[in-house]
Amino acid sequence: MDVLRRFLRSLPAATGLAIVLVALAAAILGPAISPHDPDAQDIMSRLLPPLSQGEEGAHWLGTDALGRDILSRLIVGARVSMLVGVSAMVVSALVGVSAGLAAGYDDRGVGRALMAVADVQLAIPFLVLALAVVAVLGPSLLNLILVLGVANWVQYARVVRAECLVLRNLDFVLAAQAAGTRPIRIVTRHLLPNVMSSVTVISGLLVAKMILFESSLSFLGLGVPPSIPTWGAMIADGRNYVANAWWVAAMPGFALFLTVIGINLVGDRLRDMLDPRLSQVEN
Amino acid sequence: MLAFLVTRLLHAVGVVFGVAVAVFFLIRLGGDPTALFLPPEATLEEIQRVRHLMGFDRPLPLQFLDFLGNALRGDFGLSLRYEQPAMGLVLERLPATLELSAAALALSLAIAVPLGILTAVQRGRVADRAGLLFSLVGQSFPVFWLAIMLILLLSETWQLLPPSGRGGWQNLVMPAMALAAYSTAIITRLLRSSMIEVLQSDYIRTARSKGLASGTVIFVHALRNAAIPTITVVGLQVGALLGGAVITEEIFAWPGIGRLAIQSITNRDFTVVQAFVVFMAVLIVSINLLVDILYALLDPRIRRR
Repeated sequence: MDVLRRFLRSLPAATGLAIVLVALAAAILGPAISPHDPDAQDIMSRLLPPLSQGEEGAHWLGTDALGRDILSRLIVGARVSMLVGVSAMVVSALVGVSAGLAAGYDDRGVGRALMAVADVQLAIPFLVLALAVVAVLGPSLLNLILVLGVANWVQYARVVRAECLVLRNLDFVLAAQAAGTRPIRIVTRHLLPNVMSSVTVISGLLVAKMILFESSLSFLGLGVPPSIPTWGAMIADGRNYVANAWWVAAMPGFALFLTVIGINLVGDRLRDMLDPRLSQVEN
Repeated sequence: MLAFLVTRLLHAVGVVFGVAVAVFFLIRLGGDPTALFLPPEATLEEIQRVRHLMGFDRPLPLQFLDFLGNALRGDFGLSLRYEQPAMGLVLERLPATLELSAAALALSLAIAVPLGILTAVQRGRVADRAGLLFSLVGQSFPVFWLAIMLILLLSETWQLLPPSGRGGWQNLVMPAMALAAYSTAIITRLLRSSMIEVLQSDYIRTARSKGLASGTVIFVHALRNAAIPTITVVGLQVGALLGGAVITEEIFAWPGIGRLAIQSITNRDFTVVQAFVVFMAVLIVSINLLVDILYALLDPRIRRR
């Protein structure tokens, strides 16, 4: 509770948290709270502007070219964004933190090899690689999560490795080694807990990045299958009507923009709280 | 300095080699890649023709040696769609991408450098808060949405600029703005934090106490040192920045290599995708190498490591 109170002391962070909670609620409750059926088409009420009254009730954010309610589709679309953002971050963290711990504990053989792989990966234009992999494997939620997850492990690995290289020479680790503790135990019990605050900071900001990536891929039609409503696909759809029905593209984009800002605000605050050295400079 | 150069150069060559190997095996991840290069309704004869044409019927180690040998000579095979050398297609589109990236980078620096300095000097005051908000917004904008909203406002509503294509400077304005948003935000934040750090250091206090004008201290003494970490991180982010160019080019129908890459993926023209990825790797690695050298020239301590 004390931590929460400290967190909320910053107005931007509190605003960010509120936005994130709304997006999470939409993602979890989804169809239960959407005012209309997100897939119900109604040609009679196509491209209605925001705040108009349809046959089935008000369309607060208007309707798209097939007469579907935009607000309902936004609420349901939040699920894919949040699911992909968080799951892909978890995959990245698992791969990256393990690689970073291994490379930081043993910075000769394994460590060098892992960092070489990281260098190679950073030289590959990620978005094109992701597009190619999805084109090869076919669009599916799982493929998307795996591609995004595997493609973003490097940041974790680099930071965790750098911290381990320092931690490894501190007295408590040397003492554990002298006492004959097995390496795996040193890594999990002594090194891992000490890198967790950096991992938390990276994770917050990475979720925002992942959500932007997911929507970019869906926008290009190579994200999740087209039958699932996503913000990226909704924007792509609205692009065709931007001249006479701006809201079709603008609304999902605004939802995406707000969500990413919210997560970034929370991430920034986490960094300030967990890493006093950075906050002193940044704030 | 020579030893430093040689080490960095070898490292760069190693990374490009690694990328080539990764691309070779990624394409063959699902076994025989022939199917990737063909539409689903291809006949057996077509499949066999392409398999032979691409050399997929040869033993894997031989294919790999061929690929490396050809790649070294810049030969990445023929585009199946255009029936032209794949690397030639990429190079042909390069000037358009360079033009767009240069414009975006110039725009980013023109905004980010003054803003980074201003926010650092005004730390904690209104100007600082406004600058931070600006960079938060820039960092959170989905590039493709920003692009569409620019088209909506500047082309559709006010009819000021053409919505797509390449031509005069009018065509360049919107793509450059869309592409610059993210890098402007990142450079502002980085420059601000390194300026704050530098402004607290002893030599700045010395410069101030010997009565130098505050402008001289900020622009001559502090900015030079604050620029070093900023340049490094921006160099490392080149890959991400070029990723943004892919989407920007697609939306504004800008005939650069990013648009070519997306079209090639949709057309299953994987020789071009291969050539694109390797070319981008060379570009990214070269930029990082340049940054390393620049860094060593600016800061003698780096050379001795």
